[in-house]
Amino acid sequence: MQKKETWLSIALVSPSILAVLIFVYGFIGWSVRVSLSKWKGLLPDYTWVGLRNYINLFSDPRFLVDVKNTLLFTVLFVVGCLLLGLILALLLDQGLRGEAFFRSLFLFPMAISFIVTGVVWRWLMNPAQGDRLSGINLLFNSLGLKFLISQWHATPGIGIAFIAIPAIWQMSGYTMALYLAGVRGIPEELREAARVDGATELQVYRYIVLPLLSPVTLSAMIILGHISLKVFDLIVAVAGKQLPLDVPAIYMWQTTFDGLFYGRGATIGILLLLSVAVLVIPYLRHTLRTEAEL
Amino acid sequence: MNTISRGRGRAWLYLPLILMALFYLLPLYVMLNTGFKSFAEVDLQTMWKLPSGLHFDNFVAAFEKLAPYLWNSVKLVIPAALISSFLGSLNGFVLAKWKFPGADIIFPLILFGMFIPYQSILIPLVEFMKRINLYGGIPGLMLTHVIYGIPITTLTFRNYYASIPNELVEAARIDGAGMLKSYRYILLPLSLPSFVVVLIWQFTQAWNDFLFAVVITSPSSWPITVALNNMAGSQIIAWNVQMAGAFLAALPTLLVYIFLGRYFLRGLMAGALKG
Repeated sequence: MQKKETWLSIALVSPSILAVLIFVYGFIGWSVRVSLSKWKGLLPDYTWVGLRNYINLFSDPRFLVDVKNTLLFTVLFVVGCLLLGLILALLLDQGLRGEAFFRSLFLFPMAISFIVTGVVWRWLMNPAQGDRLSGINLLFNSLGLKFLISQWHATPGIGIAFIAIPAIWQMSGYTMALYLAGVRGIPEELREAARVDGATELQVYRYIVLPLLSPVTLSAMIILGHISLKVFDLIVAVAGKQLPLDVPAIYMWQTTFDGLFYGRGATIGILLLLSVAVLVIPYLRHTLRTEAEL
Repeated sequence: MNTISRGRGRAWLYLPLILMALFYLLPLYVMLNTGFKSFAEVDLQTMWKLPSGLHFDNFVAAFEKLAPYLWNSVKLVIPAALISSFLGSLNGFVLAKWKFPGADIIFPLILFGMFIPYQSILIPLVEFMKRINLYGGIPGLMLTHVIYGIPITTLTFRNYYASIPNELVEAARIDGAGMLKSYRYILLPLSLPSFVVVLIWQFTQAWNDFLFAVVITSPSSWPITVALNNMAGSQIIAWNVQMAGAFLAALPTLLVYIFLGRYFLRGLMAGALKG
């Protein structure tokens, strides 16, 4: 009976496990193999070239721009989401009326695709100047905030920084939800005890709440960081595929499916995977281990 | 100080909240405001002005262009969400209640699949779909969503089933229920709320996907995201129609969010593991 059920349980999950093994691990292995080949053009060519694709990428000016863009974007996006998320969560934790309404409002962008967000922000961040001023620039102009008028993502050199604005718009509510769950998980007695000891409300936050939220910050950083490394559709929808706003995910897409440089495309994909794995594997190990100890 | 007195005298806290609310509503305002203008009123220089009345020209024009793609999305997303939720439930059940030898190694391996950047599997995916003749059409994209949805659906259900006391399964066992029966008659009915969470999550994810769709479907099978992006990139289609189109593309998931927000939030938190 017991043995029969063990086999049955394996039979139930094996289609899924097999699918994941093939589509995740098999395909990763296949991509690694492509990245070590000289495949260029419509027909597969698995001629072994060792690490040549990898070496070439690191002296490829376009890829170096991508790395710089990704770093700048990641820092702004992650810091922006964390700050905004934390502030919103602390505001919502004050027991104000209408909390549920504000919470839902801050979270609704999570239900929308990056493409929709991008299409709308494309017009909000219209870089046109002078008589053709529009979008948020127009708003700044009529509010007397002319100094804020910006070329947005068309700003030379740091255009990618402005893509962080719609990205933060989209993901800060999520960060807020993570923090809010964290704050709600702190026992009220802990804060109460500090107040009894004469701590001001500000001190309660500084010495009790914030330190206890650091695990949430770490999780949020990892989740946001891996989203940021993969950013793709948002940029495409806001600005199309233009070189100053290039990131590895866009380069991979273009070089593979428009340029047919399969070897190079696979190499970028694997490098993205490695950078995400560095973030996510320790996180997964830690989470699963803590769970097992409970 | 108790919670009630903490709530008083803090009206100023509404100021930052309202300012932030305006920031979050800005895109929605522009989308709807532009959408409801008549063609004659639409001008980039007056985009913040309210429309003279409710005109549906833009929505009609956008719908005419996007309807086939919206329909593609519906045909694709509903079965994909149903199938991957069902598979997730089976996996979650086994991994939480009937652990077989090696299950503890398998689970993290499955989980990692939800974090990988899909660029790292895109080339094999396309080649594979071509070989099994599913490249270009909706079934191939559906299969892709089902499989890459398995990690998150498995995780959510496993966590839920793990929270159900083992005694319940044991009791059923004493009454002579085998493994399948205890799933079918005890755990499955108990997990209906989790089904809602997972279905909503998968629906939203698949509806909003762009990367898989743009790579493995041909134009006649495009889902709405790809069609919308294409529309936004074209010089021929006016921006007001694009805005209306963006709203139409966002509407299904937005409605789900408005009416089933509680479940949506739970799905969101499940994706963050234990946080």
